[in-house]
Amino acid sequence: MNADYAELFQSLLPETALVCGALFALFFDILWARHHSTDRLRLAVMLGLIGLASAAFLAIDGGSPGPKFGGVLMLDTMTLVSRVGVFALGALTLALLPGTTRLRHSAEFVAIVLFATAGFSLMAAANQLLLGFLALELASLSLYILAGFDKSSPESAEAGLKYYLLGGMSSAFLLFGFSLLYGLTGSIELTHIAMALHQTSMTPLLAIALVMVLVAFGFKAAAAPFHLWAPDVYQGAPAPATALIASASKVAGFTLFIRLLWPGLHDVAGSIASTSAPSGWLTIVAVLSAASLLLGNLGALAQSNVRRLLAYSAIAHTGVMMLGLGVIARAGQGPILYYAITYGLATVGAFGVIAVVDANGGCQRLTDLVGLHKRSPLLAGCLLVFILSLAGVPPLAGFFGKFAIFTAAFQLGSISGPAGWLALLAIAMSAIGLYYYLIILKQALIVQPIDAVTPIKLPIPAALALVIAATLLVLLGVFPSSLLGLF
Amino acid sequence: MNLLPYTIYLSFAGALLSLVAGKRSAGAARAVALLTAVICTGISLAAAFEFKPTAGLQTLVDLPWIATPAIHYHLAVDGISMTLIVLTGLAATAGILFSWNIEERTGEFFAFYLALIGGVYGVFMSADAFLFFVFYEIAIVPKYFLIANWGSTNREYGAMKLALYSFAGSGLVLAGLLWTYAAGDAASFGLADLTRAALTLPAHDQTIIFALVFFGFATLAGLFPLHTWAPTGHVAAPTGASMLLAGVVMKLGAYGCLRVALPLFPVGFAYWQPAIAWLAVIGIIYAGLVALVQQDFKFVIGYSSVSHMGFVMLGIVAANERAVSGAVLQMFSHGVIAGLLFAVVGRMVYDRTHTRQLDALTAMPLHRMLPCAAFTFVLAGLASMGMPGFSGFPAELTILIGTWQTSPLLGLIAAVGVLVAAAFTLRAIQVSFFGKTGRAGPLGPPDREPEPAARPAAESAIAFPVAPYPPITWPEKLGTMLLLSATVLIGLKPDLLLNWIIPALQSPAFHAVLKGGSL
Repeated sequence: MNADYAELFQSLLPETALVCGALFALFFDILWARHHSTDRLRLAVMLGLIGLASAAFLAIDGGSPGPKFGGVLMLDTMTLVSRVGVFALGALTLALLPGTTRLRHSAEFVAIVLFATAGFSLMAAANQLLLGFLALELASLSLYILAGFDKSSPESAEAGLKYYLLGGMSSAFLLFGFSLLYGLTGSIELTHIAMALHQTSMTPLLAIALVMVLVAFGFKAAAAPFHLWAPDVYQGAPAPATALIASASKVAGFTLFIRLLWPGLHDVAGSIASTSAPSGWLTIVAVLSAASLLLGNLGALAQSNVRRLLAYSAIAHTGVMMLGLGVIARAGQGPILYYAITYGLATVGAFGVIAVVDANGGCQRLTDLVGLHKRSPLLAGCLLVFILSLAGVPPLAGFFGKFAIFTAAFQLGSISGPAGWLALLAIAMSAIGLYYYLIILKQALIVQPIDAVTPIKLPIPAALALVIAATLLVLLGVFPSSLLGLF
Repeated sequence: MNLLPYTIYLSFAGALLSLVAGKRSAGAARAVALLTAVICTGISLAAAFEFKPTAGLQTLVDLPWIATPAIHYHLAVDGISMTLIVLTGLAATAGILFSWNIEERTGEFFAFYLALIGGVYGVFMSADAFLFFVFYEIAIVPKYFLIANWGSTNREYGAMKLALYSFAGSGLVLAGLLWTYAAGDAASFGLADLTRAALTLPAHDQTIIFALVFFGFATLAGLFPLHTWAPTGHVAAPTGASMLLAGVVMKLGAYGCLRVALPLFPVGFAYWQPAIAWLAVIGIIYAGLVALVQQDFKFVIGYSSVSHMGFVMLGIVAANERAVSGAVLQMFSHGVIAGLLFAVVGRMVYDRTHTRQLDALTAMPLHRMLPCAAFTFVLAGLASMGMPGFSGFPAELTILIGTWQTSPLLGLIAAVGVLVAAAFTLRAIQVSFFGKTGRAGPLGPPDREPEPAARPAAESAIAFPVAPYPPITWPEKLGTMLLLSATVLIGLKPDLLLNWIIPALQSPAFHAVLKGGSL
């Protein structure tokens, strides 16, 4: 490896900006804001947003594409889109904080969000097993803390602990799988691994390694049957933390595993185009997809807690994204990243609305949303856009994401193979999904409150963030080529 | 003609505007909605005057929209879509006039209403399957909110049932279209390209895909046995939404069958044709009989819609030029007449008497209290049962003749359906408006003719003084005039529409389907 540290520095400028932003936020908090408790959160959020904005600028502006630092990092379109996507989702999360959180130590919260985003950004660029694992751990550890951040709430502690224990276990799986891959191929560079696998065929040991890696992936992405942590964490964690866990971490996680699985392990991918095709890790992905679609959608039907409902809906969406992962051979990375980012936008928005309602009298049960259209019409209108996008109603972006993935799935193997069946299953399940999404909207927009309701005073940054997210969903839905055309 | 796409954009813009205007006052929202609908109707009528019927679609806009998969923003019209666009304008305007009394969340009501209208205009102009689907879904979702929030009886159940049925139906359509696109390796989602792609598919696949697409659309058209959402949905909906639902939204399904399912899969259609024809006929008779015994006035009209839409479906599957042109004419005719019937029942009667139970209505001398409503309902009822001079007559007659050419047996049974329609309509007229207190309607069914001796007219006038119901307002009268004049105009001169429709059916897209022949 020819170590070119200038190149490394250049490639990691966005992450550097984020870490600096986090440190500045903590620094100013200790030095100055401690004595001005009213502006404390606002200052931290502002510094965080500046960090995210400069990171996004550096990511867009920075360096030529290609492998960097001897192939440890890969800068390509996927890295760029994914990085900018997670920065945007992180910024939306931060903008939701003022006025929606009762958390103490707000500067720490902002700093940890930035550390998590730095982890996401590294995950998007990692082209090597070790860096990928470290980036994933940086992001995961930050998210564990965020999930348990609300010290006054036992549910938050439970969420943090559960997330930590199960996440730690999945990291162990991942590391074990990586170590087997290293043992089999003699390298931790994805390019070398790909070359080594090209010459070998499927062995039992390789199969174990793949299963380990995919189990860990299933845990991180909350795919059934490894989804059990998701409802509890979504329910217990502070709403802004949930927004980040549900959105940006999905985008980054899928980017990492797309790079690991497709360029790295594509020789043992197998195929889901037809039943007679050879099996490989795609078979496992297809099983995870089917299980998540079924379990997520059917599980969501029974929920009375809006956060748990959205957690099950997240599992269902993971099922579609797993299918999107399977059809990359046909359609490239465009559809799945489009899906992940637009799903992230809708989820950040939905949890943003929940966060605002939560700060104004709590938001756990579905019935807590009753009368939202009276309490704040803007909030109700934004929720309408987010939920309909999650349900996949055109012209919102959620529809086109599904459309692009299903089209690719049908093209991959028509109706005769697992890809086509999964697409049919997903279409059938979206009809079921509409039911629980409409239940949410019914509570928020239609049911008349019995008692007098208190109007919600929507803080300006949060209002801005929600309106931006909703507008982006409409624009990306009407002009999907603006994002898909990049690939 | 070139302004026609603006009906879509104006409707969506009007939706946003009425949301804003609704914050100030309900009146402003109403004005915005009415203005939007009137302008759109004006545009569509102006385009109709300019319209030169040809075989095949006349392109209005064709812009590349999405690169992969290849999708064009392609709007085009032919005689069939022109007919339905004019219908949409009329039904939307009348629906707004009959929603004038919406006081609660007026801005939001009209926002959903106009969004729905924009989607409907879009569907009728789409020449690209993806675009068609997008507009189709845009037209579906607002219905849920219109019904669940502003509806009446069992509204949340009715709204959810309707939304799930429609969404499930559109899921079938989506699956079928994607399958065709992928398996046929189509160049784009344009209807012409998809047709070419569908031709390359093996016959077995065509049969399955046709079933997916056709039954997906037929769900919204209320084809028996997929119709069960329709009566509950119609009954639960507020008047304006019922009028739209029966007037144009059910037509979206029938239009989808005619525009997408049939031309794309002639082989699949040939396989399913007898089954669908029987389902349509069963629907006509069954829904008619169910309408005959309903106690809720609105359910009578709801089931009558299913029955009349059965005629549309029968005309489409009879698959000859006459029957299909009759079906399109029936779409227009039913759109106008069902709108009128729902307007009378939901707005003129229910909003004043607060009951729709025929038992209760029959005890009131409604024809004295609301003479205007009685007048309208009698005329609309006559139109609905196919009295010459109204649009229902040429439409159903054309369908019956066309069906006879394909299958005399089905034609005969459907003709019985016309009798059933006369029976339930007359029963409804008589029981509701000319109940125990008045004389029977001029054409009351013989088995229900009340004894004239038992109820002298003079006595009832004393026993039931005219109740202080508010008189019929001017928006109601205006809406009634609009719809009545449309049905009479087309009833007297059906050629106005048939001259558009028949050339459209000579387009190559329909050649493989409209072979005539017998079932």
